[in-house]
Amino acid sequence: MLSVTNLTKRFGGFTAVDRISFALEQGEILGLIGPNGSGKSTTFNLIAGTLAPSEGSISFLGQDIGGRPPMAACHLGIGRTFQIPRPFKRLSILENIAVAAYYGQNGQISRTRAWEQAEEALNLVNLPSDPKSPVDGLGAAGLKKLELARALATQPKLLLADESLGGLDEHEMEQAADMLSLIRREKNITIIWVEHIMGVLMRVVDRVMVLDHGEKIAEGLPREVARDPRVIEVYLGSEEIKIADAQGDAGGDAGGDARA
Amino acid sequence: MNRLLALIGVLALASIPLLDIGNYYLHLLITILIWGFIYTSWSIMGRFGLVSLGHGAFLGIGAYTVTMLWNQIGLSPWLGLPIGLGLSALVAVVIGYPCFRFRIVGHYFALVTLALSEVVRLTIVALRDNTGGSLGMTPRSADTANSLYALQFADKETFFYIALVVWLFGLWVWKKVDRSMSRYALEAISEEEDAAASVGINVTRTKLTITVLSAVLTALGGVLYAQYQLYINPETVSGIAISLQIVFAVIAGGMYVQLGPTVGAVFTLMLAESLRIMVGHDVHGLDGTIYGLLLVLFIIFMPKGILGGLLSWWEKRQSPPPSAKPAPAE
Repeated sequence: MLSVTNLTKRFGGFTAVDRISFALEQGEILGLIGPNGSGKSTTFNLIAGTLAPSEGSISFLGQDIGGRPPMAACHLGIGRTFQIPRPFKRLSILENIAVAAYYGQNGQISRTRAWEQAEEALNLVNLPSDPKSPVDGLGAAGLKKLELARALATQPKLLLADESLGGLDEHEMEQAADMLSLIRREKNITIIWVEHIMGVLMRVVDRVMVLDHGEKIAEGLPREVARDPRVIEVYLGSEEIKIADAQGDAGGDAGGDARA
Repeated sequence: MNRLLALIGVLALASIPLLDIGNYYLHLLITILIWGFIYTSWSIMGRFGLVSLGHGAFLGIGAYTVTMLWNQIGLSPWLGLPIGLGLSALVAVVIGYPCFRFRIVGHYFALVTLALSEVVRLTIVALRDNTGGSLGMTPRSADTANSLYALQFADKETFFYIALVVWLFGLWVWKKVDRSMSRYALEAISEEEDAAASVGINVTRTKLTITVLSAVLTALGGVLYAQYQLYINPETVSGIAISLQIVFAVIAGGMYVQLGPTVGAVFTLMLAESLRIMVGHDVHGLDGTIYGLLLVLFIIFMPKGILGGLLSWWEKRQSPPPSAKPAPAE
């Protein structure tokens, strides 16, 4: 459904993303990982339309979408979250999501339907859907859920989740990871999950793509990638990556390693 | 219940001229209605963080276009009105589009609008052959004392009703916007433009629409002011001073509630009148100083304004768990 070819983004003389190509099947979850500054957020922003590519193409459901503004990307069916949550603070939680449902579908649905879809999205992520709950009461985990619900309310076919777990504790991370699996299962939404915490991600994603200095250095099944010497070299130092579901409580260790 | 209260309120207002309260008080009321309408027009966009320090520009465009067309080619204000409103819409687009397209927001947007109001004032002064320059201008008197064609009325009662209708129209538009989906989009944009765009909101178009609406209404206020006062000059309908007065009044009254701007009009008028009566014009600049001081006090201690503050205080008393949202209008 998504096919990226030779995608390149330069900022002046600096090449943030260098000829990256990859493709995504309907219903897949792709983990996009890499150390800070590796180009994953840039890649993400290129697909979401926040940035225009310097070279290369992004094809989504048969249309070239490179350089289209974020609004257009949203209307085509690409939902995104932000690394640092950006709630609409002057709206209630429900209104935050309802406005996304309404405008995400380009005002083609009734207001009643928008509010219904907002409630659905909030139920999916376990946030209160009573009309008055303010955004102020939400903690870091709640704000992440709000981001997710807002992106889901636009009824995306492709969900771009940006480092959705930063700032969460162990338990919350597990929950959030399960939620992405659930979203894929229930709604058949294709997901690109950008993350630098590897542990939990490895358990949920179908495939992993690793970036370093703007280049793709590995792509494949989580297990394979975790053993790839280049990945271990650039991303984790010399330690081997432990996969969360492989050994009982190892998820915590892996998370810790990845952040170090 | 609220509808009934509103109806009673409107009827009460409409019956005031029957009470024979005298021209001075009627004049004050008309002034409050006209400025209440203008302040409401400003806050239609101002409440969404689109702080314009240049609404004097739209007042001036409305007032001068209609008066000049009447004086120079004898075009009835009824025909001049759509031209004046159209011109102000055009100026709003010319200023607004580049600002919104290239994301000139917050203080920078305020500065652009501030410049706009001065540009309009200086233009009026520079075209002194046609506008009378700093001396101002007077709409040519109609042939009869009361002329619907010239929109000039010798008695204040007629004008009171015109002002009342226009003011009610302003409140109606405010309510329409408040209940529309655009309101949510505008609230979203005012918080997080990127996030708003990411959920499919057309940020540029949404901002431009509300700006044009606000500008056109403000220009209508300018026309009304010119037809009532039958005298305009660049200082009273354009430039920085009047633009800032609009902002001050709205902040004082409360820009997030429907009647807040009108309360602002009552407050500023009473302030100006009492200053005028108590100290006269002897102490130069005193009113400006007091305005400035009050503005600072309001922003610090009463950010929701008089009415907004009162309403949220009342809401808190009514319902023990305080709501974090700004109080909705009646």
